[in-house]
Amino acid sequence: MAWFVFPVDNLLCMCLCICVSAWFTLLLVFIIVPAVLGVSFGIRRLYMKTLLKIFEWATLRMERGAKEKNQHLYKPYSNGIIAKEPPSSLEQEIQELRGPASTLRSEPEFEMADIFYFCRRGVESIVDDEVTKRFSAQELESWNLLTRSNYNFRHISLRLSVLWGLGVLIRYGLLLPLRVTLAVTGIGLLLVLTTVVGFLPSGELRTYLSEKVHLMCYRICVRALTAIITYHNRENKPKNGGICVANHTTPIDVIILANDGCYSMVGQVHGGLMGMVQRAMVRSSPHIWFERSEVKDRHLVAKRLGDHVADKTKQPILIFPEGTCINNTSVMMFKKGSFEIGCTVYPVAIKYDPRFGDAFWNSSKFGMVSYLLRMMSSWAIVCSVWYLPPMNRQEGEDAVQFANRVKAAIATQGGLVDLLWDGGLKRAKVKDALKEEQQKLYSKVLVGDQEDQREDKPVEDEKPKDDESGPDSAEGQ
Amino acid sequence: MGSSSSALTRVPQAEQLMQETGFSPAHIVRLFDRFEFLDKERRGELRPQDFGAVKELAMNPIGDRIIGAFFPPGQETVDFPSFVRVLARFRPVDKNRSRDPTQPEPVNSRTGKLKFAFQLYDQDRDGKISRAELLQVLRAMLGMQVTEEQLQSIADRAIQEADLDQDDAISFEEFRKSLEKVNIDHKMSIRFLR
Repeated sequence: MAWFVFPVDNLLCMCLCICVSAWFTLLLVFIIVPAVLGVSFGIRRLYMKTLLKIFEWATLRMERGAKEKNQHLYKPYSNGIIAKEPPSSLEQEIQELRGPASTLRSEPEFEMADIFYFCRRGVESIVDDEVTKRFSAQELESWNLLTRSNYNFRHISLRLSVLWGLGVLIRYGLLLPLRVTLAVTGIGLLLVLTTVVGFLPSGELRTYLSEKVHLMCYRICVRALTAIITYHNRENKPKNGGICVANHTTPIDVIILANDGCYSMVGQVHGGLMGMVQRAMVRSSPHIWFERSEVKDRHLVAKRLGDHVADKTKQPILIFPEGTCINNTSVMMFKKGSFEIGCTVYPVAIKYDPRFGDAFWNSSKFGMVSYLLRMMSSWAIVCSVWYLPPMNRQEGEDAVQFANRVKAAIATQGGLVDLLWDGGLKRAKVKDALKEEQQKLYSKVLVGDQEDQREDKPVEDEKPKDDESGPDSAEGQ
Repeated sequence: MGSSSSALTRVPQAEQLMQETGFSPAHIVRLFDRFEFLDKERRGELRPQDFGAVKELAMNPIGDRIIGAFFPPGQETVDFPSFVRVLARFRPVDKNRSRDPTQPEPVNSRTGKLKFAFQLYDQDRDGKISRAELLQVLRAMLGMQVTEEQLQSIADRAIQEADLDQDDAISFEEFRKSLEKVNIDHKMSIRFLR
């Protein structure tokens, strides 16, 4: 019946139109305009405080529920299962094993008990090791109403389930579409505006406009993730002609830092949407994109980076020396390439608060798209950024020592564990060189220092020459 | 404390394991999590290559032998109960244990730990550490850092000191005697938290 359907149809259309325009107006007023101008209403912080209160309430309810059933709440032990002794050197431990009677002897001395040291270390690492747990998401003490971080779902009462259901509705029905809209707007604007600015002749105006454009688009992206960022020590912000290094947890790190300053990015050329974005960005400000083949050529990389920092009008370079994503509980080995260039290094520490949504990208578990979806459907991304005072390479310090010094500073500031291990172990096998280190250390205990022996027996030279091939770097103790 | 946690129900043979090994429910649950972490393909059992995920083990000179200790001869896989039984040897010694001769000695006693260490040397399980086996272990622990001659002399001296019945091999009793003064409980124990 046509006459019946028509008014209803009209009504429906009208309602839809009103909804959509109301939606977009709200979006514009509360999110996009402030992002463009760089002001904030404080809505996100209020949101964060409310969420925290709800999480605490939820955990209390679960504990109460567990107590009623006379059972234990499973609390993931984020600090490890076993008590590790304070790290002492191989020499110390073996001397302890042998007892006070043994001292340095001239003849190589082996004791049957020596094997205990290696045996215990081995079994300890089977039960709980420092490295492998850095490549999976951190476990939470309290529940944040996301199924992905819940271990105690048997203890959820009706009230909690309702709350959780509400949470799902809000996150997927309200927040996710909102965020996707914002993300699309942000990236679209970035593409368009950087291309436009790129048409201007090189000069002060172009640099100024390009800065503004970049900052604006990153601010929109930050709102697209509902990222609540606290910047500390802004007086130490990286300046032109320097390199900014930070610990790496997720590709979002870039957005977090670029929200507050302009950096030149370094990376491989991608295809598809990423490639388009890269090409657009390069038109208005100097970024460093490498072809896949060029990445292996370390001299080429070093030269391009060096040329960039030598030009004082160019923005500071942003580099993540770990080379891979770590789960934000520790900082792993920094690759020395960026520390060899010889310019000022500005360290930055980034620490995420996992209660609102785990930002770590576990690339073996999730692809980029599913990762972004998870990010956009968590509550928020809360993090703190500390700008550390600039550091320079000191006299007599080589690149590796400098890198370790910077790494220690970042770890201390961010409250992260400072590890000597290489993040590349996520995918690669342990190098045999590490096992050789252990063997070397043990043989020293038995046979004594090779140099001393050499002085005693100048005639014999049976010992392999490669014992003294330069100083050992980063002993894996 | 009191009744077992609900998380324990997903662990196979939990009650029995707790009785046998003396691990608490919390320990068993954590060990099960670790087992599942190493068992990436969810097969319910571990193979030697799954231990390869532990990076610190790959750096250990006798890492392969330690992995081998989890697999009884002829077996290619280890399930969770066996995994726990091996790790139980590393629990600290129970000082308050009543010395009841009728009860079987617990695996984490001093003798139990010594037996574990003995088996790391005695790979063919004939009850004696032969000169060849000793040389193998020494080569593993020292790698290329010593010459063949040095290795032989080290092995010679070790056998001389420990071998009391002059049969050019070290039996378990001789092994035990040579380690009389060593604080095995401290050196071969892992303290499990909570």
